[in-house]
Amino acid sequence: MWRDLTGYAIFAFCTYFVLLCAFYIFFDITAKGLPVLMDKGTDFLTKSPETLVVFKDEADEIVQMPMSEYSVFRKDNPAAVIRDEHTHSYSAGGIMGPLVGTALLVIVCMLVALTTGVATAIFLNEYARKGRFLNLVRLAIMNLAGVPSIVFGLFGLGVFCLWPWLPVLTYEPSESAVLVFAVPFTDGWLSFQGWGTSILAGGFTLAIMVLPVIITACEEALKAVPMGFREAAMALGATKWQAIRTAVLPYAKPGIMTASILGVTRVAGETAPIMFTAALAHKGALPWQEAKGSGLFWLSDFLTQSVQALPYHIYTVSARIPQSEYTEPMQSGSVFVFMLLVMIFAGLSIYLRGRYRKNLKW
Amino acid sequence: MSFVPQLNERSMNEINFDATPEPALPAEIPVMSPAKSRGTEGKEAAKSLIEIEDLGFSYDLGQTETLRNITLSIPKGQVTSFIGPSGCGKSTLLRCLNRMNDLIDTAKVTRGKIKIMGQDIHAADVDPIELRKRVGMVFQKYNPFPKSIFENAAYGMRIQGVKSQKVLAEAVERALKQSALWDEVKDRLNSSALGLSGGQQQRLCIARAIAVQPEIILMDEPCSALDPIATARIEELITDLKENYTIVIVTHNMQQATRVSARTAFFYLGELIEVGPTTKIFGNPSKKQTEDYVSGRFG
Repeated sequence: MWRDLTGYAIFAFCTYFVLLCAFYIFFDITAKGLPVLMDKGTDFLTKSPETLVVFKDEADEIVQMPMSEYSVFRKDNPAAVIRDEHTHSYSAGGIMGPLVGTALLVIVCMLVALTTGVATAIFLNEYARKGRFLNLVRLAIMNLAGVPSIVFGLFGLGVFCLWPWLPVLTYEPSESAVLVFAVPFTDGWLSFQGWGTSILAGGFTLAIMVLPVIITACEEALKAVPMGFREAAMALGATKWQAIRTAVLPYAKPGIMTASILGVTRVAGETAPIMFTAALAHKGALPWQEAKGSGLFWLSDFLTQSVQALPYHIYTVSARIPQSEYTEPMQSGSVFVFMLLVMIFAGLSIYLRGRYRKNLKW
Repeated sequence: MSFVPQLNERSMNEINFDATPEPALPAEIPVMSPAKSRGTEGKEAAKSLIEIEDLGFSYDLGQTETLRNITLSIPKGQVTSFIGPSGCGKSTLLRCLNRMNDLIDTAKVTRGKIKIMGQDIHAADVDPIELRKRVGMVFQKYNPFPKSIFENAAYGMRIQGVKSQKVLAEAVERALKQSALWDEVKDRLNSSALGLSGGQQQRLCIARAIAVQPEIILMDEPCSALDPIATARIEELITDLKENYTIVIVTHNMQQATRVSARTAFFYLGELIEVGPTTKIFGNPSKKQTEDYVSGRFG
């Protein structure tokens, strides 16, 4: 009897411990972050980070001002008394730049990861012959999932940023370009010069990191579709691809979507893979403000911009600048917004799964 | 003699199953052609439609043979049933007839031939896709798609590229009428097929198979997941369908074989033991094994 109780107690304790941690994190982040968001309002979401200036005025009151406001203030009041002036990088303004950057990285990443991942899963599950080779491929994919994300970062740096044989469309080819073609009817060039630190490089690196997760989840989704659907379709004279397209994929879609949304939350939170490949600690302009040219040239220039990213921004403001009470609001606010985003995406995936499950039963 | 014309005009040119394909007929052609409604029991010996010659089949690239030395002819316009204990190869043989076994990587015909209307179905110029449009199949576990009733019945034509809503609607109505489902579902064609009862779902699967107007319908234990009343309705349906289609049915239920089929083939351990008129197989079998099986002594 007491043995049974001991077991129960240990299991229950562990469960409650996990719950406690989750709730503590949630409430701690909310308690610190929500006031920041309330205080700064929508500015926090629509402005980019800038330097915070803190000083004492003539009445010995502590004044905080973003750098942009401060320079205007100094110009307007050349005689103002300013004492004990010091600055805190990235601690004023909002997180518009990091939000936009993360969104762009996630979009590029999911476009690449979903097309490749779904195609791979279809091949592995529907076409490939069962056997030792297939098991080896599966093992390799599973191993890929266990590779530390910093390794993917270095891999991405080597392949997507530095390897020169990746093409861009540009008006001014880099001097390190290995091959340059003039694009007819424009004054631009197709230049093989690598992607550099850019949205593309970061998105592809993240995609390769999340691929094992997507492939495995898509395979599960495909396996969950009854064999009978494939057989029925093929027995009616469907080709293999027709059967997959009309009788398998539609019913695997909810699973694939759930997996990809969870993939998004994972990708959005990764810091290491984008540290070398895409992210900057500070960048004044948003990517579309700096992109030049038109049409495909604009797109190419846009995608080869580097960006700020939310997880990297959090890392910067909490670990790479001297800490003080003035830098804290930015940390808590960013973390809180980030947590909200992840929760929204996770909620969305649960909602979609539930909705599709109701419509698809067999 | 030729196969039933395709609904899909486009694909006619690609069909190389028949040596001299007829030009496409319009979709409105009546399903019951007089040539097909012949050959019920008792009349002159029906012409053979499927000829299986010394067939050997293996699931593991020829290491062990699941089917051995099967020689069998299946007459046109009749119901032929395959009986035998589990694992005797009757379902395997059925799935050879529309090359569904091609889907298994290691499956292989080791010997012999299957000819349908004189054409070797394993010949290099036979496209299994075209074959399957002519040899329809109904599965043991009813498997309608989680789509509307209409879309289920129209599926075969949709994948053949039929777009016209009018052609689809007519074909669906015809198929549902032939499968005795029309009166029950005509008011809810757009509701999900999964809302139907098991028996209705299986009849919908039959409708889906006959909507593409095959020549032959293969049924793999079509009633084994159904209750007796639904089973009776399917059996009635099979009796009606034999007017227009040649049906091969695998069944575990020996009474079912006696009720629906004109001819019966008994299989045991991958070999064809005996084939003949159903009345003879059940009344006066010539082999001891057959007698033991039909009298319930084993199996």
